[in-house]
This record gives sequence, C-alpha cells and structure tokens, in this order.
Amino acid sequence: MITRFLLQNMDKRGGVFLAILLGLALLVPLSNLLLPASSPFHVPTSTMSLWGKYLCYALLAVSLDLVWGYCGILSLGHGAFFALGGYAMGLYLMRQIGSRGVYGNPILPDFMVFLNWQELPWYWWGFSSFPFAMLMVLAVPGLLAFVFGWFAFRSRVTGVYLSIITQALTYALLLAFFRNDMGFGGNNGLTDFKDILGFNIQAQATRAALFSMTCVMLAAGFLIARGIVVSKLGKVVIAIRDAEPRTRFLGYRVDRFKLFVFTVSACMAGVAGALYVPQVGIINPSEFAPANSIETVIWVAVGGRGSLVGAALGAVVVNWAKTLFTSGFMAPYWLFALGGLFVVVTLFLPKGILGTAEALWARRGKPDNAPAAEPAPAE
Amino acid sequence: MPIFHRLKHALVILVALVAASVASFAQTADEAFTRLAADSYSDTSRAIELLVSTAHPNAALIVEALNDGRLLAGPGGVAVKTAGGGFVDAKTGVALAAAPGDVKPVRLNNAVRRAVQAALGGLGLLNPDPAKRTAAAEAVFKSRDAGLLPIVEAAIGKETNPRALAALRQAQAAILIAKPDTQPLDRFAAIEVLRDRADQDALATLRALPGDATPALKEAQAKAITAIEGRLKLWAAAQNLWYGLSLGSVLLLAAIGLAITFGVMGVINMAHGEMVMLGAYTTFVVQELIRTNAPWLFDWSLAIALPAAFVVAGAVGIAIERGVIRFLYGRPLETLLATWGISLILQQAVRTAFGPTNREVGAPSFMSGAFELGGLAITYNRLWIIVFAGLVFAALLAILKLTPMGLQMRAVTQNRRMASAMGIRTGRIDALTFGLGSGVAGLAGVALSQIDNVSPNLGQSYIIDSFMVVVFGGVGNLWGTLVGAMTLGVANKLLEPYAGAVLGKIALLVCIILFIQKRPRGLFALKGRAVEA
Amino acid sequence: MNSNRREFLGTALAGAAFLGSSYLPAAAQQDTIKVGILHSLSGTMAISETTLKDVMLMLIEEQNKKGGLLGKKLEAVVVDPASNWPLFAEKARELITKDKVAATFGCWTSVSRKSVLPVFKELNNILFYPVQYEGEESERNVFYTGAAPNQQAIPAVDYLAKEEKVERWVLAGTDYVYPRTTNKILEAYLKSKGVKPEDIMINYTPFGHSDWQTIVSDIKKFGSAGKKTAVVSTINGDANVPFYKELGNQGIKATDIPVVAFSVGEEELAGIDTKPLVGHLAAWNYFQSIKTPENEAFIKQWQAFTKNPKRVTNDPMEAHYIGFNMWVKAVEKAKSTDPDKVIDALPGIEAPNLTGGISKMLPNHHITKPVFIGEIKDDGQFDVVWKTAGLVPGDAWSKELDGSKDLVGDWVEKKCGNFNVKTGKCGGV
Repeated sequence: MITRFLLQNMDKRGGVFLAILLGLALLVPLSNLLLPASSPFHVPTSTMSLWGKYLCYALLAVSLDLVWGYCGILSLGHGAFFALGGYAMGLYLMRQIGSRGVYGNPILPDFMVFLNWQELPWYWWGFSSFPFAMLMVLAVPGLLAFVFGWFAFRSRVTGVYLSIITQALTYALLLAFFRNDMGFGGNNGLTDFKDILGFNIQAQATRAALFSMTCVMLAAGFLIARGIVVSKLGKVVIAIRDAEPRTRFLGYRVDRFKLFVFTVSACMAGVAGALYVPQVGIINPSEFAPANSIETVIWVAVGGRGSLVGAALGAVVVNWAKTLFTSGFMAPYWLFALGGLFVVVTLFLPKGILGTAEALWARRGKPDNAPAAEPAPAE
Repeated sequence: MPIFHRLKHALVILVALVAASVASFAQTADEAFTRLAADSYSDTSRAIELLVSTAHPNAALIVEALNDGRLLAGPGGVAVKTAGGGFVDAKTGVALAAAPGDVKPVRLNNAVRRAVQAALGGLGLLNPDPAKRTAAAEAVFKSRDAGLLPIVEAAIGKETNPRALAALRQAQAAILIAKPDTQPLDRFAAIEVLRDRADQDALATLRALPGDATPALKEAQAKAITAIEGRLKLWAAAQNLWYGLSLGSVLLLAAIGLAITFGVMGVINMAHGEMVMLGAYTTFVVQELIRTNAPWLFDWSLAIALPAAFVVAGAVGIAIERGVIRFLYGRPLETLLATWGISLILQQAVRTAFGPTNREVGAPSFMSGAFELGGLAITYNRLWIIVFAGLVFAALLAILKLTPMGLQMRAVTQNRRMASAMGIRTGRIDALTFGLGSGVAGLAGVALSQIDNVSPNLGQSYIIDSFMVVVFGGVGNLWGTLVGAMTLGVANKLLEPYAGAVLGKIALLVCIILFIQKRPRGLFALKGRAVEA
Repeated sequence: MNSNRREFLGTALAGAAFLGSSYLPAAAQQDTIKVGILHSLSGTMAISETTLKDVMLMLIEEQNKKGGLLGKKLEAVVVDPASNWPLFAEKARELITKDKVAATFGCWTSVSRKSVLPVFKELNNILFYPVQYEGEESERNVFYTGAAPNQQAIPAVDYLAKEEKVERWVLAGTDYVYPRTTNKILEAYLKSKGVKPEDIMINYTPFGHSDWQTIVSDIKKFGSAGKKTAVVSTINGDANVPFYKELGNQGIKATDIPVVAFSVGEEELAGIDTKPLVGHLAAWNYFQSIKTPENEAFIKQWQAFTKNPKRVTNDPMEAHYIGFNMWVKAVEKAKSTDPDKVIDALPGIEAPNLTGGISKMLPNHHITKPVFIGEIKDDGQFDVVWKTAGLVPGDAWSKELDGSKDLVGDWVEKKCGNFNVKTGKCGGV
C-alpha cells in the first residue's frame, strides 16, 4: 500500500533519477573503499564527501520545491529548518565526544567549559541518545513549521508577506543562535566531532556509509514528495498554487493542506541538515543566514521549479559550479559568474535547466510525456 | 593690544600667587625646556606644569603649539612653528630664520593632552572671547585643578557675560567640592550650583566629594544626586525616543526606494541594497575629486554628491529594468532571482573597482559634533539625516500626488491592466519608477555613508530591514513605510535598554511575525480589487 | 586476508601510478612546492582577508626571486572560501588532496579555523593562522602567529591601569567567542587586581551592529561616575566604523574616556576620518609607524607590490610575514616539505619580526611577540606610546580561566596540546 502510494504514476524521468541515486548509493562507496586510488573508476574520499554535501543540498531543494513549486508558498526561510535539523544532529555528535574534548570534561562541551558553564542546559538533555536525536531532527523543524504555518496560513498571509516573514523567522533564529548565552556555541557553532554511532566520523567507511545514507534519504524524500504531489491531496495542493481563493470557495480547507505540506517539507529539510552536519563537520548560525535560504530558492529555480528532479539537479549544478568557480584563476571573479548564471537562467531558461532541456528534447520530435505530467508553474 | 594686556594681567596674578616660584624662576623654566626635549610623556607633562606655575611669558604660546603639534624640541633647542610657517624660539620668543637642527615635533599621549587642556583652561580663563572663556571654564570644571581656584575666582569677579559666568561658577564649585580643605559652607553652595547644572558631569563631580565630609554635607550631596538622577531619567527617556526616531529615519531612507519599486511594480528587488551602496561610493568618489581638485568645496561635497548619487543609482536602476526586469513581467517572483544575481555582480564589481576595504567618507563641518538641548545630546549628523529623510519623503509624496507621472504610477499600482487599457504606457512607467526607486536608494547611500562603513557589504546589511519595514507598513503605501520605519526604529530603541541589542532585535522580529498574522497585508493595506490580483 | 591483498594491490598500483605520473604532465608539478592560500575574497570577511592573500602572493614572489625553496619554485594556490564556513572546510580539503599543498596560510576568525581544523588533522597538513584570537587551543597541525590574549589584551589593560589610572572598565565586544573569552579573561584579571564588580560593565552586540547611539551614551553615563573610565573594545572589524563615528560625534574624547581596541588596525582606520579619534588606543604586536629598517623595507615592498603608495600594512600581515619565514626556515632545516617533518622542525625556529626583534616558535605552536600600545593619530596611523621590555611568549591556555590554568601545550616533549601539569596526563582534566 505504501509502496503503491510512493510508486504510483512513476514516470520515466523519476525512474531514471531514482535509479541513478540508488546506483550512486551503491557504486560510489564500493569504488571508494574497494578500488585502488590509481584506478580510473576510483572515487576519492574528498570527492565523495563533496558530493555527499551536494546531495544534502539537493534534498533541501526538493523539500523547498514541494512547498514552492507545488503549493506556491515561497519560503525564504527554509534554511532555518535545515539548520535546526543540523543542530539536532550536532548536539548528538557533541555529546558523543564525551571526555575527549580539550578540557576532558565528560559532560560539558569545550565551549561551555571555558565560558564557565556549570551544568548542561536542559535542552541538551537526551541528545546523547541517537534515536532521541533523530526524533528531534524531525520534530524540531516540524514543530516550528507547524506552529508558524498554523498561525500564518490561518490568517491567510500569502505572497510576499509570507516570504518576508519566513525571512524574518530565519533572521531571528540567526541572531538567537549567534548569542553565546543560548548555549549552542555561538558563532563557532558545534564542531570537532569524533564519533557517530560509535564509528569514527573521519574514517573512510563512515564517510562512505554517510554518502549512501544521503542518497537513500534523497531518494526517500523524492518518493514522499512525489507521492504527495501525484496523490489526490497533491491535486488540491496544486490547485491552491494556481488559484487559492477559488480552491477555498470550492470548500477545501486551504490552510490545512498548506500546513500539511509545509510541515512535511520542514521535516525533510531537517533530515537534509542532519545528514549535512557529519559530512561537513561543522554546524553554525551562518546556516540560518537569509542569504542561504535565498540561494536555496535559486537552486530550485535554476533546476526547474515545479519539478522535483529539477530541484535536485539545480542544487547539484549550482553548488558544483560554486566549487569549480571558487578555485584557480576564477577565484577573485567567481561572483560575476554565479550572478551571471542566475540572471541568464531567469531570462533565458524560465523553466530551469531541466524544463528547457526537455522542451528542446520534445522539439526534436521524440515523443515524451514527461513535461505534460508536471505542469509549468504559474504565478 | 588688549589680548596681550589681559593675558599679561592673568600672568601677573599667577606670578603673585605662586610666590615661591619667583626665586627659582630661571632654573625651573630651564628645567621645563630640558624636559620638553627629553621625548618622554611624563617629562612633557611636568614641563607644562612648570611652565604654567612659573608663569613663563611664552607659556600660552608653547602650550597652544604643543596642542596643535607645532612644538618642536630636541637637542637643538625648543622652537614653535607659527601658523604662518615661521619659527620662534620657545624660550626667548625671538623669531628664528629656520627651525633649529635636530628637533622633532613633541609627541602627545592622553596624559599630556589632559595636562595641555588643564593648562589651556587656566590660561584661557581671561581670553577676550566669551566663548573661549566658557570653554576654558568647562575645561577647569573637568580637571578640578585646585591650583586654578584663585584665577577662577579672579575671573568670576570680572566676568560680564552670563554664560561664561555660569560656567566659571560651576568650575569654582567643582574645585571646591573636591578640594580637601574647603569650608563646609562653601561646599553647600557648590552642591547647590552643581544641582542646578544637573547633568552627567555634575553627577560625576558631586560624587567626587571627599569621604570625610560632614553628615549634613553628605545628605545634601545625596539629595542633589537624587534630584539630578530623577531629572536625567526623564531626559534619558526623551533621548531614547530621539535615538528611535534617528534609527527610524535611517530605516526610512533605506526602505523608501524599495517601497516604490516593490510597491508599484511588485518587483522583489534584492539589488536594492547595492543601489544604496552605489550612492555611498558615489559620495566617496565625489569627495576624492573635491579633495584633490577643490578642497575649499569640501563642506559642499554632500550637496554635490546628492544629485550625482541619484543619477548614478537611478541610471543603474533603469539599466537593470530595461536589461533584465522588463523581460520578467508577469513573473514577479523570478525578479527575486535575477536581482539577487545582479546584486552579487554589483558587489563584486565594486570590490574589484574600489578594493574590498572600507573607504573613507569624511563628514563636512556642519555634520560633525553635537549640541545639547536641555538634557538631550543631539549629534548633528543624526539631526541632518532625520531632516533629510523627511525631505526625501515629502518630495516623493509630492511626486506621487502632484505630478502626472505620479498619477500614472498610482494608476499602475492599483490596477495595472486597467491603467494599460487607459493608455498609460506601463512599460515606460515601470522603467521610470524603477529608476526613481533606485535613485532614492542612491540618496540614502549618501546619508548612510555618514554613519556606516562604505564597503561592498554596505547594502547587504540594510536589505532585510528594508523589506521588514515595507512589509510591516503595507506594500504600495508611502505613509505605511514612514509609519513602519518610525515604529520599528522607536520600538527597537525602547527595547534595547531592557533586552540588549540582540534580544531586542529578536523580540522585534517576532513581533513583526505576529503582527503580520493580525494584519496580513501590513499596517496600511491597499484596498480594492488590486489586492487579489 | 582479503583486505591485505587489497591493500597490497592498492599499494602496488598506486606505486605504479606514482612512477608513471612523474613522467607525464605531472612532471611540471614536481618542479614547484605548492602553498595554499585560504582567505575569503568575497563575502563579509573579504574586507580583511583579501589583503592577506596579497601579502602571501608578495612573500611567495619574493622567495622565488631569492631562488625558491629546496631548489624548487614556490607556487601559490589561491582559493576563495567566500566567508562561508563550511566552504572553508571544503576548500581546505581541496587544497590538501587535490592541489597537494605543502602548507596552507589562511583563515580569519576562530570559526573558520575551527571549521578547517578537523580537515587539517585528518589529512595531516599545516595551517598558519595569522590573526589574534582567544587562545584555548593548541593543535599539532596549526601554528598560531597572531596574538594570544596574554600578548594583547592583558598588557593593554595593564597600561591603562598604570599610565592612565583607569579604575572603571567597559568591556564592549561583538557577541562571538573571541570577545567572550577575552572579556572573561580580562574580568578575572581585573578582579584579581582589586577592581570591584560594579566598576566593570560588559556589553555585547551582534555582528555588523551599526546603530551605536544607545551604547555610546550608556558608556558616557557609565564613565561619569567620578572615576577614570576606559573602554576595552573587542568589537569586530565591520562594526567599528559606525562605533567610532558615533564616539566622535557624541564627543567622547580620548582624554575623557579612552577606548583601547584589539581589532582596529591601520586597515580599519583607513575607512574613517580619524581626527575626532586622536588619542584612542589600540594594542597590537606591530604598527606600520614603527621605525625599523625591516619594516621600512617591508612597507616599500608592499606599496610597490600593490602599486598603491598609500596602501597601509597591519598586524596580521606581519604575522604572515613571520609565519611564512618560519615555515621556509623549517623546510630548509627538515630538507623536506613533508608535513610531519616540518611540524617537528618548526618549534624553536627563529625569524625576525618587523619591529626589530626575533620571534621564536614555541613548543605550544604559538610565537613570541612584542606588545605595543599605540594612540591613533590624525593621519590614520598609530603613535607607539608604550611597549613591553622584551618579547612575550604566547600562552595557548589562559592562566586566568579555571578550566585551563593547569593546561600547557607542548608538542616537543609531551607531544600533547592540552597537557595537564597537575595530573601529569595528556587530555584535559
């Protein structure tokens, strides 16, 4: 039944995407662990963890596309949910350090020791347990999104107003987490992790496992998002995007649909953050910066709003470009390239990379139903 | 020569008072000059004291020169560089043909500067200019130098100017409070004078009452302190309100251009902050040109920069509109992406052209310093920024209400399609509106260059606040922006003393989020069909 | 025994590849020693870090003119971590694994260092960190050429207490780890000197704080209690310009309430009109105005390199100068760029600083530095009004904090960054 929910109406594109993800989940770690470094098929650890990071961003982009591309909610604060998930994971990882911190304090993290904290604040309790931490990865962003959405959607805050208050939300969290008195490490955030579930976090095998896990979670996120949008509920959600008042007049409780999609999306973003932290090795308040959330929106737009595969693709392409541009002779000028990319994409590729590629493909006379399956976004 | 006459008079009094010095005059004065040449701060301070206490005929000349960095000393002797560029031997006052060999300007540190100020206070008490006498009395008030009491009292006897007289009396009171051997009766009078002065400095001076004072005195002191503190509390509230208005005016300036582009066109212009930055950099360029070509124009630099910044930012705005945003009609959310890209490009362009570091934008003389209004300390730059923000607001309002272009803009805001059907070229209006909004942002940049960094990141720090203001006030309504900016500014400043800068800001953001729930279209929502479009 | 065979095979193939690669295009690579430069060229930190990138390029060019190192030319690899902390980690990994740099010079602010630290430890490479910081760290792979709190903060407070007779203190800072820790240390230090708690006011502001009206007037109020008051500022770079502008406008003169800053140098002052600020202080290990032949040559070289006769120099630039020269000497001593050998060779290495002394790398990976107090002049430079008699060795662990007073870093004998002298064990408690 669940499988049917997840796999209904699977189109070719989605299938290919899933196949690629699962292939990556298997082959990359195998190649990294088993093949010798000299082999042309060997994937170096650095590349693997880099791609792990991209895929976390891809999951974030998918979650944002679910609310923006399909429900018309332009959230400029999705980075907040991502970061909260990341912090939940970060707290768990900090507790795993135990007495291996520089001061050797078995309970308190280093930053609390040198700022003279006497005991662990209550909100750190429980994070030494992995299941609890994982629950929080989902619950904290989910709850915040639920409360926030419950207020916002009920009072029919829409359009730019909603976008700006989501931005206010993430900005307020940014300022709050910067405060050292909050007990989350202030500007430095949480870092210097040692173990996850007893495995050394820097070991090659752990990294490979995290990479696989990221692929799997991205696939799962994709399936859930797809399941939602192709279901009956999804039809209503798309209707809300296209004509909210009309849907409301037809008798649908618009706020509840929006709230559901928004909360699910926030949980997905939280998972993305939780996977991101052990691979990157640091979580700090800059993840809450409004600019980060805006960038996420841009990934989705670059890939193709209203297409889940496109969103994931956009995240990977933009971040890969960023990696490429920030090294070598381009380094001082890469912002020109990145800024130019955004302008060019919005001007010339209104449907994003994927939408445009498909339109081109279709024009070559090859019949393909994919574009019809996912209608172009309307304002 | 009345100046010299008065000065001589003062020195005569000094000489009479410092009796012991007469005998050893030559010797101690010589010591002062050796010390000046020693290039040590403590020696320099001591030398000043010696010069003043021995009433050296050139003391005023030397101390003033030291204050201005015109005093040269070294093994070759001590000389004063006059304002005209000539040299005078400090010891004898004889003009020199050239600076003596092997001398360097005498260096100052804060301790020396304090000694200089105290000395100038003593020497300036009999200056013919009442403003200078007042300033000198103020310096004595701060230094509480007991040695100056006789001169202060002598000056009080002769003073005719009421302001200078009040300042002198306060200086006298300050000395009397702190001096250990003052009679209690004098102290009571001094406390009275200080209580009437009733500001922070009076409070500080009152607290300088020695611990061994009589209980009655202590009670009077405590009463005076409570009275002053009560008064200061009231003024502090007013001061806070002023800070709030000042912050509000900054927010208004930053946001008002956005209110136009965002309100009229629905363009989420993420490059708005960069327009502000361009305005600030235009100011920098204008000032650089003035510095190198026409330094006498410097006080006018901001006035010259204003139209320049408007034109530069406005032109860039029109270029952006014609080059990019024009093609995004009907897809307003995508303007967010394109303008974000543009903002990255503009930032990096400025960083490449001007370097990543802060640029110095100077303050013209009318914008420096502060004045007191009752218990309010009002800085000129903030005052002018408030005035300027008000002017810009009024001008924009006039454009929108009184000109044909404004009429068309409002028509487009309210119903774009209908306006187009009535024959308004909405495309042209869009370009002009965007240019106007950007130009106004450029004007804001000129003002912000006076209080903030002129760096490529300037715009980024205002963009979020600007959006908050516009959304809080209600999109498409200038009055909403005004009220929004002032409310946020004042609320921020009222929260700050209680919650601290960070928590205050967080609380404010949460308030905005909650407020939008109550009024989903801001403070002043546009009514009519346009809302659902 | 599967894994053994795999390893053998791997090694063999890797060896073959290595031999192969020494012929083909990689031949060019063998001729140079790569040096990584990890400074933000865009984003909020670009304002400070771009200069350091340029300084490194200049130093490397200079070294190449002298014939390079170990008979090879040095090659700078510049990347832009864009003031984005996770990107710092990513770029560090890229420098080490892809570009195979022999050492990296970079980072500014502790968070960027903390972010790259696991990468340097995992891949065993060398980082030179050139900025003053809060201490409380001594890592095998990091060499700290900036000041520790005892090389900047404490001497400055001593100066104010002694020379300016300050009895009341405002500790104002941006809310992040460096000011928090520094203020904790200073608070403990001041209290140990008999300053009463009510004579200390601590204030934190967010990054980029631009509206200082309230705080400056609070300082004014705090300073009018009848005792000499000073402000110890750990306000971060960007927020300083509006802070000083407000100070100047509200008429707080250095003779009334002096402000001593730890993050304001020549570069920051270049953006402000300093006339109203004359007499306010800064504590650094280097000032451009210090007259020594080395410094004059350095300034001349820098202004020629940047083609800007007005370009200023500052303390972190000197830190890179010292750090780079130490690294060069250590490589020459070890006759290898292998990080392990260089790390072992570095402690004890001496290199001249620009103020006439010889700085030495200590076993805790910090260096000895002189401390100067300078007063701001009206031309944007500093006038040195006080300096320490000799060079002050950097303490990795502050003696003023309970958690760290028993810790020492010693990578020579103890091979440990946090050795506890009380328990005689490595690893904190």
